[in-house]
Amino acid sequence: MIITSDVSKSYGESTVVDGVSLSLPRGGITSIIGPNGAGKSTLLSMVSRLMAMDKGSVTVDGLDVSKTPGDVLARRLSILRQDNHMTARLTVRDLVSFGRYPYSKGRLTTDDKVHIDEAIGYLDLTALSGRFLDELSGGQRQRAFVAMVLCQDTDYVLLDEPLNNLDMKHAMGMMKLLQRAASELGKTVVLVLHDINFASWYSTHIVAMKHGKVAAQGSVDEMIRPDVLSSVYEMDIAVHEIAGQRISVYYG
Amino acid sequence: MGERHSLPPALGPTVRILLLAFLATLVLAFISLFVGVSDVSLPALLSGTADARATEIFFISRVPRTLALMLAGASMAIAGLVMQMVVRNRFVEPSTAGTSESAALGFLVVTLLAPEWPLMAKMAVSALFALGGTALFLRILRAVPLRDVLLVPLVGIMLGGVIGAVSAFIAYRTNLMASLLAWNMGDFSGVLRGRYELLWLGLAGGILAYIAADRFTVAGMGKDFTTNLGLNYRRVMVLGLVIVSVVSAVVLVSVGSIPFLGLIVPNLVSLIVGDNMRRTVPWVAVGGAGFVLACDIVGRLIRFPYEIPIAVVMGVVGSAVFLYLLLRTPRHAG
Repeated sequence: MIITSDVSKSYGESTVVDGVSLSLPRGGITSIIGPNGAGKSTLLSMVSRLMAMDKGSVTVDGLDVSKTPGDVLARRLSILRQDNHMTARLTVRDLVSFGRYPYSKGRLTTDDKVHIDEAIGYLDLTALSGRFLDELSGGQRQRAFVAMVLCQDTDYVLLDEPLNNLDMKHAMGMMKLLQRAASELGKTVVLVLHDINFASWYSTHIVAMKHGKVAAQGSVDEMIRPDVLSSVYEMDIAVHEIAGQRISVYYG
Repeated sequence: MGERHSLPPALGPTVRILLLAFLATLVLAFISLFVGVSDVSLPALLSGTADARATEIFFISRVPRTLALMLAGASMAIAGLVMQMVVRNRFVEPSTAGTSESAALGFLVVTLLAPEWPLMAKMAVSALFALGGTALFLRILRAVPLRDVLLVPLVGIMLGGVIGAVSAFIAYRTNLMASLLAWNMGDFSGVLRGRYELLWLGLAGGILAYIAADRFTVAGMGKDFTTNLGLNYRRVMVLGLVIVSVVSAVVLVSVGSIPFLGLIVPNLVSLIVGDNMRRTVPWVAVGGAGFVLACDIVGRLIRFPYEIPIAVVMGVVGSAVFLYLLLRTPRHAG
Protein backbone atom coordinates (compact mmCIF):
# COMPACT_ATOMS: atom_id res chain seq x y z
CA MET A 1 0.00 0.00 0.00
CA ILE A 2 1.21 3.49 -0.87
CA ILE A 3 0.16 6.12 1.65
CA THR A 4 0.74 9.82 1.15
CA SER A 5 0.00 12.09 4.08
CA ASP A 6 -0.49 15.76 3.52
CA VAL A 7 2.08 15.93 0.70
CA SER A 8 2.76 19.38 -0.71
CA LYS A 9 5.10 20.93 -3.23
CA SER A 10 5.43 24.54 -4.35
CA TYR A 11 7.55 26.32 -6.91
CA GLY A 12 7.95 29.86 -5.70
CA GLU A 13 4.46 31.26 -5.38
CA SER A 14 2.54 28.48 -7.06
CA THR A 15 1.55 25.39 -5.13
CA VAL A 16 1.65 22.42 -7.47
CA VAL A 17 0.62 19.71 -5.04
CA ASP A 18 -1.44 20.88 -2.11
CA GLY A 19 -1.80 18.64 0.93
CA VAL A 20 -2.55 15.36 -0.83
CA SER A 21 -3.45 12.47 1.44
CA LEU A 22 -4.13 9.25 -0.41
CA SER A 23 -3.92 5.57 0.16
CA LEU A 24 -3.46 3.53 -2.95
CA PRO A 25 -4.47 -0.08 -2.51
CA ARG A 26 -2.16 -2.98 -3.28
CA GLY A 27 -2.68 -4.74 -6.57
CA GLY A 28 -4.47 -3.70 -9.70
CA ILE A 29 -4.02 -0.62 -11.82
CA THR A 30 -4.54 2.81 -10.32
CA SER A 31 -4.79 5.66 -12.82
CA ILE A 32 -4.25 9.26 -11.90
CA ILE A 33 -6.16 11.54 -14.25
CA GLY A 34 -6.80 15.25 -14.37
CA PRO A 35 -6.22 18.36 -16.47
CA ASN A 36 -2.77 19.75 -17.28
CA GLY A 37 -1.04 21.32 -14.32
CA ALA A 38 -3.10 19.37 -11.80
CA GLY A 39 0.07 18.08 -10.15
CA LYS A 40 -0.21 14.44 -11.26
CA SER A 41 3.38 14.04 -12.41
CA THR A 42 4.74 15.98 -9.46
CA LEU A 43 2.85 13.74 -7.07
CA LEU A 44 4.17 10.64 -8.81
CA SER A 45 7.72 12.02 -8.64
CA MET A 46 7.43 12.63 -4.92
CA VAL A 47 5.94 9.21 -4.25
CA SER A 48 8.91 7.68 -6.05
CA ARG A 49 11.45 9.94 -4.23
CA LEU A 50 12.65 11.50 -7.49
CA MET A 51 11.58 14.84 -6.10
CA ALA A 52 11.74 16.04 -2.52
CA MET A 53 8.47 17.14 -0.98
CA ASP A 54 8.12 20.40 0.91
CA LYS A 55 5.71 18.94 3.41
CA GLY A 56 4.19 15.61 4.31
CA SER A 57 5.39 12.04 3.94
CA VAL A 58 4.99 9.02 1.72
CA THR A 59 5.27 5.40 2.75
CA VAL A 60 5.42 2.35 0.52
CA ASP A 61 4.53 -0.80 2.45
CA GLY A 62 5.50 1.10 5.59
CA LEU A 63 8.87 2.32 4.21
CA ASP A 64 9.25 6.07 4.34
CA VAL A 65 10.49 6.96 0.85
CA SER A 66 12.57 9.93 2.00
CA LYS A 67 14.41 7.88 4.64
CA THR A 68 14.70 4.40 3.16
CA PRO A 69 18.05 3.68 1.46
CA GLY A 70 17.78 4.12 -2.30
CA ASP A 71 18.78 0.59 -3.19
CA VAL A 72 16.23 -0.96 -0.81
CA LEU A 73 13.49 1.12 -2.35
CA ALA A 74 14.72 0.30 -5.85
CA ARG A 75 13.78 -3.33 -5.23
CA ARG A 76 10.24 -2.36 -4.11
CA LEU A 77 9.26 0.43 -6.43
CA SER A 78 10.21 1.48 -9.92
CA ILE A 79 9.37 4.68 -11.74
CA LEU A 80 9.47 5.81 -15.33
CA ARG A 81 8.90 9.46 -16.07
CA GLN A 82 7.83 10.88 -19.37
CA ASP A 83 10.19 12.57 -21.81
CA ASN A 84 13.26 10.52 -21.16
CA HIS A 85 16.24 12.02 -22.87
CA MET A 86 19.12 9.70 -22.93
CA THR A 87 22.54 10.97 -23.94
CA ALA A 88 24.17 7.62 -23.25
CA ARG A 89 24.19 5.46 -26.35
CA LEU A 90 22.99 2.09 -25.09
CA THR A 91 21.53 -0.93 -26.80
CA VAL A 92 18.05 -2.05 -25.88
CA ARG A 93 19.50 -5.05 -24.13
CA ASP A 94 21.99 -2.93 -22.17
CA LEU A 95 19.22 -0.61 -21.07
CA VAL A 96 16.95 -3.42 -19.96
CA SER A 97 19.87 -5.11 -18.18
CA PHE A 98 20.33 -2.04 -16.03
CA GLY A 99 16.89 -2.79 -14.63
CA ARG A 100 18.69 -5.51 -12.70
CA TYR A 101 21.16 -3.08 -11.18
CA PRO A 102 19.41 -2.89 -7.79
CA TYR A 103 19.98 -6.64 -7.42
CA SER A 104 23.21 -7.41 -9.20
CA LYS A 105 25.07 -4.08 -9.03
CA GLY A 106 26.29 -4.74 -12.53
CA ARG A 107 27.36 -8.38 -12.21
CA LEU A 108 24.53 -10.16 -13.95
CA THR A 109 23.60 -13.62 -12.71
CA THR A 110 21.82 -16.31 -14.73
CA ASP A 111 18.64 -15.36 -12.90
CA ASP A 112 19.09 -11.75 -13.98
CA LYS A 113 19.48 -12.86 -17.57
CA VAL A 114 16.20 -14.75 -17.41
CA HIS A 115 14.47 -11.57 -16.21
CA ILE A 116 16.10 -9.55 -18.97
CA ASP A 117 15.04 -11.94 -21.73
CA GLU A 118 11.52 -12.04 -20.31
CA ALA A 119 11.17 -8.28 -20.14
CA ILE A 120 12.49 -7.90 -23.68
CA GLY A 121 10.10 -10.59 -24.90
CA TYR A 122 7.15 -9.09 -22.99
CA LEU A 123 7.55 -5.81 -24.86
CA ASP A 124 8.13 -7.48 -28.16
CA LEU A 125 11.65 -6.11 -28.49
CA THR A 126 13.58 -9.33 -29.11
CA ALA A 127 14.34 -8.44 -32.71
CA LEU A 128 15.54 -4.98 -31.67
CA SER A 129 17.55 -5.99 -28.62
CA GLY A 130 20.92 -5.32 -30.26
CA ARG A 131 19.95 -1.91 -31.61
CA PHE A 132 21.03 1.37 -30.08
CA LEU A 133 18.29 3.49 -28.53
CA ASP A 134 19.05 6.39 -30.85
CA GLU A 135 18.31 4.14 -33.81
CA LEU A 136 14.76 3.43 -32.63
CA SER A 137 11.46 5.23 -33.14
CA GLY A 138 9.93 7.10 -30.22
CA GLY A 139 7.46 4.32 -29.58
CA GLN A 140 10.09 1.58 -29.67
CA ARG A 141 12.22 3.58 -27.28
CA GLN A 142 9.28 4.03 -24.92
CA ARG A 143 8.75 0.26 -24.94
CA ALA A 144 12.42 -0.26 -24.16
CA PHE A 145 12.17 2.03 -21.14
CA VAL A 146 9.10 0.19 -19.89
CA ALA A 147 10.92 -3.11 -20.41
CA MET A 148 13.73 -1.82 -18.21
CA VAL A 149 11.30 -0.86 -15.46
CA LEU A 150 9.56 -4.24 -15.65
CA CYS A 151 12.92 -5.96 -15.55
CA GLN A 152 13.44 -4.24 -12.21
CA ASP A 153 10.71 -6.61 -11.00
CA THR A 154 9.35 -4.44 -8.22
CA ASP A 155 6.01 -4.84 -6.41
CA TYR A 156 5.10 -1.27 -7.34
CA VAL A 157 5.48 0.04 -10.87
CA LEU A 158 4.89 3.77 -11.38
CA LEU A 159 4.62 5.10 -14.91
CA ASP A 160 4.09 8.66 -15.98
CA GLU A 161 2.22 8.74 -19.27
CA PRO A 162 3.43 5.35 -20.50
CA LEU A 163 1.31 5.66 -23.64
CA ASN A 164 3.30 8.65 -24.88
CA ASN A 165 4.59 8.10 -28.39
CA LEU A 166 2.70 4.85 -28.78
CA ASP A 167 0.33 4.21 -31.65
CA MET A 168 -3.10 2.68 -30.93
CA LYS A 169 -1.92 -0.86 -31.32
CA HIS A 170 1.04 -0.46 -29.00
CA ALA A 171 -0.91 1.68 -26.54
CA MET A 172 -3.44 -1.08 -26.20
CA GLY A 173 -0.68 -3.67 -26.05
CA MET A 174 1.00 -1.70 -23.26
CA MET A 175 -2.18 -1.47 -21.20
CA LYS A 176 -2.89 -5.18 -21.69
CA LEU A 177 0.62 -5.94 -20.58
CA LEU A 178 0.28 -3.82 -17.45
CA GLN A 179 -3.02 -5.52 -16.74
CA ARG A 180 -1.30 -8.88 -17.00
CA ALA A 181 1.51 -7.70 -14.77
CA ALA A 182 -1.09 -6.73 -12.18
CA SER A 183 -3.24 -9.82 -12.39
CA GLU A 184 -0.66 -12.55 -13.07
CA LEU A 185 2.41 -11.19 -11.30
CA GLY A 186 0.57 -9.38 -8.52
CA LYS A 187 2.15 -6.01 -9.27
CA THR A 188 0.67 -2.74 -8.19
CA VAL A 189 0.67 -0.42 -11.18
CA VAL A 190 0.18 3.31 -10.76
CA LEU A 191 -0.17 5.38 -13.92
CA VAL A 192 -0.59 8.98 -14.88
CA LEU A 193 -2.91 8.85 -17.89
CA HIS A 194 -4.28 11.51 -20.15
CA ASP A 195 -6.66 9.34 -22.08
CA ILE A 196 -9.63 8.82 -19.77
CA ASN A 197 -11.01 6.05 -21.95
CA PHE A 198 -7.89 3.99 -21.44
CA ALA A 199 -8.22 4.76 -17.73
CA SER A 200 -11.83 3.65 -17.78
CA TRP A 201 -11.18 0.46 -19.67
CA TYR A 202 -8.20 -0.82 -17.73
CA SER A 203 -8.14 0.70 -14.23
CA THR A 204 -9.25 -0.86 -11.00
CA HIS A 205 -9.03 2.47 -9.20
CA ILE A 206 -9.03 6.05 -10.47
CA VAL A 207 -7.76 9.17 -8.76
CA ALA A 208 -8.71 12.52 -10.28
CA MET A 209 -6.60 15.54 -9.46
CA LYS A 210 -7.29 19.22 -9.98
CA HIS A 211 -5.36 22.27 -8.80
CA GLY A 212 -2.92 20.17 -6.81
CA LYS A 213 -5.63 18.39 -4.81
CA VAL A 214 -7.46 15.13 -5.09
CA ALA A 215 -10.79 16.07 -6.65
CA ALA A 216 -12.31 12.60 -6.47
CA GLN A 217 -11.31 8.98 -6.30
CA GLY A 218 -12.97 5.62 -6.53
CA SER A 219 -13.78 2.71 -8.78
CA VAL A 220 -14.44 3.12 -12.50
CA ASP A 221 -18.17 3.09 -11.87
CA GLU A 222 -17.85 5.85 -9.32
CA MET A 223 -15.48 7.98 -11.37
CA ILE A 224 -16.39 7.66 -15.02
CA ARG A 225 -19.61 9.64 -14.74
CA PRO A 226 -20.57 12.83 -16.55
CA ASP A 227 -20.89 14.88 -13.35
CA VAL A 228 -17.53 13.80 -11.90
CA LEU A 229 -15.56 14.16 -15.12
CA SER A 230 -17.20 17.42 -16.16
CA SER A 231 -16.30 19.04 -12.88
CA VAL A 232 -12.72 17.71 -12.95
CA TYR A 233 -12.04 18.83 -16.52
CA GLU A 234 -14.40 21.83 -16.54
CA MET A 235 -16.01 20.79 -19.82
CA ASP A 236 -18.98 18.76 -20.94
CA ILE A 237 -18.20 15.09 -21.00
CA ALA A 238 -20.83 12.50 -21.87
CA VAL A 239 -20.41 8.90 -20.81
CA HIS A 240 -21.81 6.02 -22.84
CA GLU A 241 -21.81 2.38 -22.13
CA ILE A 242 -20.25 0.49 -25.04
CA ALA A 243 -19.43 -3.19 -24.96
CA GLY A 244 -19.91 -3.17 -21.22
CA GLN A 245 -17.34 -0.39 -20.71
CA ARG A 246 -17.85 3.26 -19.87
CA ILE A 247 -16.61 5.42 -22.69
CA SER A 248 -16.40 9.17 -22.46
CA VAL A 249 -17.27 11.35 -25.40
CA TYR A 250 -15.97 14.89 -25.39
CA TYR A 251 -14.92 15.61 -28.96
CA GLY A 252 -17.54 18.16 -29.90
CA MET B 1 29.85 -24.01 -33.42
CA GLY B 2 28.70 -24.02 -29.80
CA GLU B 3 31.44 -21.63 -28.78
CA ARG B 4 30.67 -19.08 -31.46
CA HIS B 5 27.05 -19.06 -30.40
CA SER B 6 27.90 -18.11 -26.84
CA LEU B 7 28.85 -14.65 -28.11
CA PRO B 8 26.07 -12.26 -29.08
CA PRO B 9 26.36 -11.70 -32.83
CA ALA B 10 27.48 -8.07 -32.48
CA LEU B 11 30.24 -8.83 -30.00
CA GLY B 12 32.47 -11.12 -32.04
CA PRO B 13 33.72 -8.64 -34.64
CA THR B 14 34.02 -5.74 -32.17
CA VAL B 15 36.22 -7.80 -29.89
CA ARG B 16 38.38 -8.57 -32.91
CA ILE B 17 38.64 -4.85 -33.71
CA LEU B 18 39.61 -4.18 -30.11
CA LEU B 19 42.37 -6.76 -30.37
CA LEU B 20 43.58 -5.17 -33.59
CA ALA B 21 43.56 -1.73 -31.97
CA PHE B 22 45.53 -3.16 -29.08
CA LEU B 23 48.10 -4.65 -31.45
CA ALA B 24 48.34 -1.40 -33.38
CA THR B 25 48.98 0.45 -30.14
CA LEU B 26 51.74 -2.01 -29.28
CA VAL B 27 53.32 -1.44 -32.68
CA LEU B 28 53.15 2.33 -32.14
CA ALA B 29 54.72 1.91 -28.71
CA PHE B 30 57.49 -0.10 -30.32
CA ILE B 31 58.07 2.58 -32.95
CA SER B 32 58.05 5.24 -30.24
CA LEU B 33 60.88 3.40 -28.50
CA PHE B 34 63.10 3.63 -31.54
CA VAL B 35 62.40 7.09 -32.94
CA GLY B 36 64.89 9.74 -31.99
CA VAL B 37 68.08 11.53 -32.73
CA SER B 38 70.28 9.03 -30.95
CA ASP B 39 70.65 5.75 -32.74
CA VAL B 40 69.19 3.00 -30.58
CA SER B 41 68.49 -0.29 -32.30
CA LEU B 42 66.73 -3.35 -31.03
CA PRO B 43 69.19 -6.02 -32.24
CA ALA B 44 72.05 -4.14 -30.60
CA LEU B 45 70.11 -3.85 -27.35
CA LEU B 46 69.15 -7.51 -27.34
CA SER B 47 72.55 -8.84 -28.22
CA GLY B 48 74.18 -6.59 -25.66
CA THR B 49 76.41 -4.98 -28.28
CA ALA B 50 74.79 -1.56 -27.92
CA ASP B 51 77.13 0.96 -26.44
CA ALA B 52 76.52 2.15 -22.91
CA ARG B 53 75.20 5.51 -24.07
CA ALA B 54 72.53 4.01 -26.31
CA THR B 55 71.40 1.66 -23.54
CA GLU B 56 71.23 4.56 -21.15
CA ILE B 57 69.17 6.66 -23.53
CA PHE B 58 66.86 3.73 -24.09
CA PHE B 59 66.10 3.21 -20.41
CA ILE B 60 66.30 6.78 -19.17
CA SER B 61 64.52 8.54 -22.00
CA ARG B 62 62.81 6.30 -24.55
CA VAL B 63 61.11 3.80 -22.25
CA PRO B 64 59.85 6.47 -19.84
CA ARG B 65 58.60 8.60 -22.71
CA THR B 66 56.72 5.74 -24.29
CA LEU B 67 55.22 4.73 -20.95
CA ALA B 68 54.31 8.33 -20.20
CA LEU B 69 52.56 8.64 -23.57
CA MET B 70 50.51 5.52 -23.00
CA LEU B 71 49.64 6.36 -19.39
CA ALA B 72 48.69 9.95 -20.14
CA GLY B 73 46.75 8.98 -23.27
CA ALA B 74 44.77 6.20 -21.62
CA SER B 75 43.97 8.13 -18.46
CA MET B 76 43.06 11.41 -20.18
CA ALA B 77 40.75 9.58 -22.59
CA ILE B 78 39.06 7.76 -19.71
CA ALA B 79 38.74 11.07 -17.83
CA GLY B 80 36.96 12.53 -20.85
CA LEU B 81 34.63 9.55 -20.99
CA VAL B 82 33.77 9.80 -17.29
CA MET B 83 33.12 13.50 -17.65
CA GLN B 84 30.81 12.96 -20.61
CA MET B 85 28.81 10.45 -18.62
CA VAL B 86 28.40 12.50 -15.44
CA VAL B 87 27.79 15.82 -17.20
CA ARG B 88 25.65 14.03 -19.79
CA ASN B 89 27.08 15.91 -22.69
CA ARG B 90 29.07 14.46 -25.56
CA PHE B 91 31.29 17.49 -25.95
CA VAL B 92 32.73 18.07 -22.52
CA GLU B 93 36.18 16.99 -21.49
CA PRO B 94 38.69 18.56 -19.09
CA SER B 95 39.71 21.21 -21.62
CA THR B 96 36.13 22.24 -22.44
CA ALA B 97 34.88 22.46 -18.85
CA GLY B 98 37.42 24.71 -17.19
CA THR B 99 39.06 21.70 -15.51
CA SER B 100 42.48 21.88 -17.19
CA GLU B 101 42.72 25.65 -16.80
CA SER B 102 41.81 25.39 -13.11
CA ALA B 103 44.43 22.69 -12.63
CA ALA B 104 47.00 25.03 -14.22
CA LEU B 105 45.91 27.90 -11.97
CA GLY B 106 46.27 25.65 -8.93
CA PHE B 107 49.71 24.53 -9.99
CA LEU B 108 50.72 28.13 -10.58
CA VAL B 109 49.46 29.26 -7.18
CA VAL B 110 51.18 26.44 -5.30
CA THR B 111 54.38 26.98 -7.26
CA LEU B 112 54.36 30.61 -6.14
CA LEU B 113 53.31 30.11 -2.54
CA ALA B 114 55.06 26.85 -1.68
CA PRO B 115 57.81 26.25 -4.22
CA GLU B 116 59.58 23.81 -1.90
CA TRP B 117 56.65 21.39 -1.70
CA PRO B 118 57.15 17.98 -3.33
CA LEU B 119 55.56 17.48 -6.75
CA MET B 120 52.98 15.12 -5.27
CA ALA B 121 51.68 17.84 -2.93
CA LYS B 122 51.64 20.39 -5.74
CA MET B 123 49.71 17.94 -7.86
CA ALA B 124 47.19 17.54 -5.02
CA VAL B 125 46.65 21.30 -4.85
CA SER B 126 46.29 21.39 -8.62
CA ALA B 127 43.70 18.59 -8.43
CA LEU B 128 41.74 20.50 -5.77
CA PHE B 129 41.66 23.57 -8.00
CA ALA B 130 40.55 21.39 -10.90
CA LEU B 131 37.73 20.01 -8.77
CA GLY B 132 36.71 23.51 -7.71
CA GLY B 133 36.75 24.80 -11.29
CA THR B 134 34.66 21.88 -12.52
CA ALA B 135 32.19 22.35 -9.68
CA LEU B 136 31.89 25.99 -10.69
CA PHE B 137 31.24 24.90 -14.27
CA LEU B 138 28.43 22.61 -13.12
CA ARG B 139 27.00 25.34 -10.91
CA ILE B 140 26.84 27.65 -13.92
CA LEU B 141 25.16 24.94 -15.97
CA ARG B 142 22.54 24.48 -13.26
CA ALA B 143 21.88 28.21 -13.10
CA VAL B 144 21.54 28.56 -16.88
CA PRO B 145 19.67 25.54 -18.15
CA LEU B 146 20.85 25.14 -21.72
CA ARG B 147 18.72 23.49 -24.31
CA ASP B 148 21.46 23.16 -26.87
CA VAL B 149 24.09 20.46 -26.40
CA LEU B 150 26.73 22.62 -28.04
CA LEU B 151 26.28 25.52 -25.65
CA VAL B 152 27.49 23.44 -22.73
CA PRO B 153 31.09 23.08 -23.94
CA LEU B 154 31.00 26.70 -25.10
CA VAL B 155 30.22 27.81 -21.56
CA GLY B 156 33.06 25.57 -20.36
CA ILE B 157 35.49 27.02 -22.87
CA MET B 158 34.52 30.55 -21.82
CA LEU B 159 34.95 29.68 -18.16
CA GLY B 160 38.31 28.16 -19.02
CA GLY B 161 39.20 31.38 -20.82
CA VAL B 162 38.41 33.46 -17.74
CA ILE B 163 40.39 31.17 -15.44
CA GLY B 164 43.23 31.09 -17.97
CA ALA B 165 43.25 34.89 -17.99
CA VAL B 166 43.58 34.97 -14.20
CA SER B 167 46.49 32.56 -14.44
CA ALA B 168 48.11 34.63 -17.21
CA PHE B 169 47.76 37.78 -15.11
CA ILE B 170 49.42 36.16 -12.10
CA ALA B 171 52.11 34.53 -14.23
CA TYR B 172 52.83 37.80 -16.02
CA ARG B 173 53.30 39.66 -12.74
CA THR B 174 55.54 36.94 -11.32
CA ASN B 175 57.63 36.14 -14.37
CA LEU B 176 56.20 32.64 -14.69
CA MET B 177 54.73 33.16 -18.15
CA ALA B 178 57.08 30.62 -19.72
CA SER B 179 56.13 27.93 -17.20
CA LEU B 180 52.45 28.58 -17.68
CA LEU B 181 52.83 28.28 -21.44
CA ALA B 182 54.65 25.01 -21.01
CA TRP B 183 51.91 23.58 -18.78
CA ASN B 184 49.24 24.57 -21.23
CA MET B 185 51.09 22.96 -24.09
CA GLY B 186 51.50 19.25 -23.54
CA ASP B 187 54.92 18.01 -24.59
CA PHE B 188 56.64 14.72 -23.92
CA SER B 189 60.14 15.69 -24.98
CA GLY B 190 61.17 16.43 -21.40
CA VAL B 191 60.07 13.07 -20.04
CA LEU B 192 62.89 11.22 -18.31
CA ARG B 193 63.07 8.46 -15.74
CA GLY B 194 62.09 9.95 -12.39
CA ARG B 195 59.93 12.64 -13.95
CA TYR B 196 56.88 10.84 -15.20
CA GLU B 197 56.04 8.31 -12.49
CA LEU B 198 53.18 10.42 -11.16
CA LEU B 199 51.33 9.40 -14.28
CA TRP B 200 50.82 5.94 -12.80
CA LEU B 201 48.38 7.68 -10.48
CA GLY B 202 46.41 8.67 -13.56
CA LEU B 203 46.23 5.01 -14.53
CA ALA B 204 44.95 4.26 -11.03
CA GLY B 205 42.19 6.78 -11.68
CA GLY B 206 41.39 4.99 -14.93
CA ILE B 207 41.20 1.64 -13.15
CA LEU B 208 38.92 3.14 -10.51
CA ALA B 209 36.70 4.43 -13.31
CA TYR B 210 36.57 0.90 -14.75
CA ILE B 211 35.61 -0.57 -11.38
CA ALA B 212 32.80 1.98 -11.01
CA ALA B 213 31.90 1.76 -14.72
CA ASP B 214 28.31 0.62 -14.21
CA ARG B 215 27.60 3.48 -11.84
CA PHE B 216 28.83 5.98 -14.39
CA THR B 217 26.74 4.42 -17.13
CA VAL B 218 23.70 4.64 -14.88
CA ALA B 219 24.54 8.27 -14.10
CA GLY B 220 24.81 8.85 -17.85
CA MET B 221 21.16 7.79 -18.11
CA GLY B 222 20.20 10.80 -16.01
CA LYS B 223 19.30 11.67 -12.45
CA ASP B 224 15.83 10.11 -12.46
CA PHE B 225 17.04 6.78 -13.82
CA THR B 226 19.90 6.79 -11.35
CA THR B 227 17.60 7.41 -8.40
CA ASN B 228 15.14 4.83 -9.66
CA LEU B 229 17.91 2.23 -9.76
CA GLY B 230 18.80 3.00 -6.17
CA LEU B 231 22.04 4.92 -6.68
CA ASN B 232 22.89 8.24 -5.10
CA TYR B 233 23.34 10.51 -8.13
CA ARG B 234 25.35 13.13 -6.27
CA ARG B 235 27.78 10.59 -4.93
CA VAL B 236 28.42 9.09 -8.37
CA MET B 237 28.89 12.58 -9.75
CA VAL B 238 31.42 13.50 -7.06
CA LEU B 239 33.35 10.27 -7.57
CA GLY B 240 33.49 10.95 -11.31
CA LEU B 241 34.64 14.53 -10.90
CA VAL B 242 37.33 13.54 -8.40
CA ILE B 243 38.71 11.01 -10.89
CA VAL B 244 38.60 13.59 -13.69
CA SER B 245 40.30 16.25 -11.56
CA VAL B 246 43.09 14.01 -10.33
CA VAL B 247 43.81 12.70 -13.82
CA SER B 248 43.82 16.22 -15.27
CA ALA B 249 46.15 17.49 -12.56
CA VAL B 250 48.50 14.52 -12.86
CA VAL B 251 48.79 14.92 -16.61
CA LEU B 252 49.15 18.68 -16.35
CA VAL B 253 52.00 18.63 -13.85
CA SER B 254 53.77 15.75 -15.61
CA VAL B 255 53.59 16.63 -19.29
CA GLY B 256 51.23 19.59 -19.68
CA SER B 257 47.65 19.55 -20.84
CA ILE B 258 46.63 17.59 -23.91
CA PRO B 259 43.58 19.14 -25.54
CA PHE B 260 40.80 17.27 -27.42
CA LEU B 261 41.98 13.81 -26.48
CA GLY B 262 39.25 13.20 -23.92
CA LEU B 263 36.71 14.34 -26.43
CA ILE B 264 37.72 12.55 -29.57
CA VAL B 265 38.54 9.09 -28.36
CA PRO B 266 35.37 8.46 -26.30
CA ASN B 267 33.20 9.89 -29.09
CA LEU B 268 34.76 7.68 -31.74
CA VAL B 269 34.44 4.67 -29.47
CA SER B 270 30.82 5.54 -28.74
CA LEU B 271 30.05 5.42 -32.47
CA ILE B 272 31.35 1.87 -32.68
CA VAL B 273 30.41 0.23 -29.38
CA GLY B 274 28.04 2.65 -27.66
CA ASP B 275 28.27 4.00 -24.14
CA ASN B 276 28.01 1.08 -21.80
CA MET B 277 31.15 1.93 -19.87
CA ARG B 278 31.80 -1.61 -18.68
CA ARG B 279 32.45 -2.33 -22.36
CA THR B 280 33.94 0.94 -23.54
CA VAL B 281 36.64 1.67 -20.94
CA PRO B 282 39.13 -0.83 -22.44
CA TRP B 283 38.49 0.63 -25.89
CA VAL B 284 38.91 4.17 -24.70
CA ALA B 285 42.10 3.30 -22.84
CA VAL B 286 43.65 1.56 -25.85
CA GLY B 287 42.41 4.23 -28.22
CA GLY B 288 43.73 7.05 -26.04
CA ALA B 289 47.15 5.45 -25.69
CA GLY B 290 47.36 4.71 -29.40
CA PHE B 291 46.19 8.16 -30.45
CA VAL B 292 48.69 9.93 -28.21
CA LEU B 293 51.51 7.67 -29.36
CA ALA B 294 50.67 8.36 -32.99
CA CYS B 295 50.47 12.13 -32.50
CA ASP B 296 53.74 12.16 -30.58
CA ILE B 297 55.52 10.12 -33.25
CA VAL B 298 54.23 12.49 -35.94
CA GLY B 299 55.44 15.46 -33.88
CA ARG B 300 58.86 13.86 -33.60
CA LEU B 301 59.21 13.00 -37.28
CA ILE B 302 57.68 15.94 -39.09
CA ARG B 303 60.63 18.29 -38.56
CA PHE B 304 63.22 15.67 -37.62
CA PRO B 305 65.56 16.14 -35.77
CA TYR B 306 63.46 18.87 -34.12
CA GLU B 307 60.23 18.17 -32.27
CA ILE B 308 56.77 19.70 -32.37
CA PRO B 309 54.91 19.52 -29.05
CA ILE B 310 52.15 16.94 -29.00
CA ALA B 311 49.59 19.60 -28.05
CA VAL B 312 50.09 21.18 -31.47
CA VAL B 313 49.70 17.94 -33.40
CA MET B 314 46.74 16.97 -31.24
CA GLY B 315 45.21 20.41 -31.76
CA VAL B 316 45.34 20.05 -35.54
CA VAL B 317 44.17 16.44 -35.75
CA GLY B 318 41.76 16.93 -32.87
CA SER B 319 39.98 19.94 -34.26
CA ALA B 320 39.47 18.17 -37.56
CA VAL B 321 37.89 15.17 -35.86
CA PHE B 322 35.94 17.48 -33.57
CA LEU B 323 34.51 19.27 -36.59
CA TYR B 324 33.51 15.96 -38.10
CA LEU B 325 31.75 14.99 -34.88
CA LEU B 326 30.00 18.36 -34.70
CA LEU B 327 28.76 18.17 -38.25
CA ARG B 328 27.21 14.79 -37.72
CA THR B 329 25.61 15.83 -34.39
CA PRO B 330 22.09 16.79 -35.46
CA ARG B 331 21.21 13.17 -35.93
CA HIS B 332 22.23 12.14 -32.43
CA ALA B 333 22.09 15.21 -30.29
CA GLY B 334 18.38 14.61 -29.72
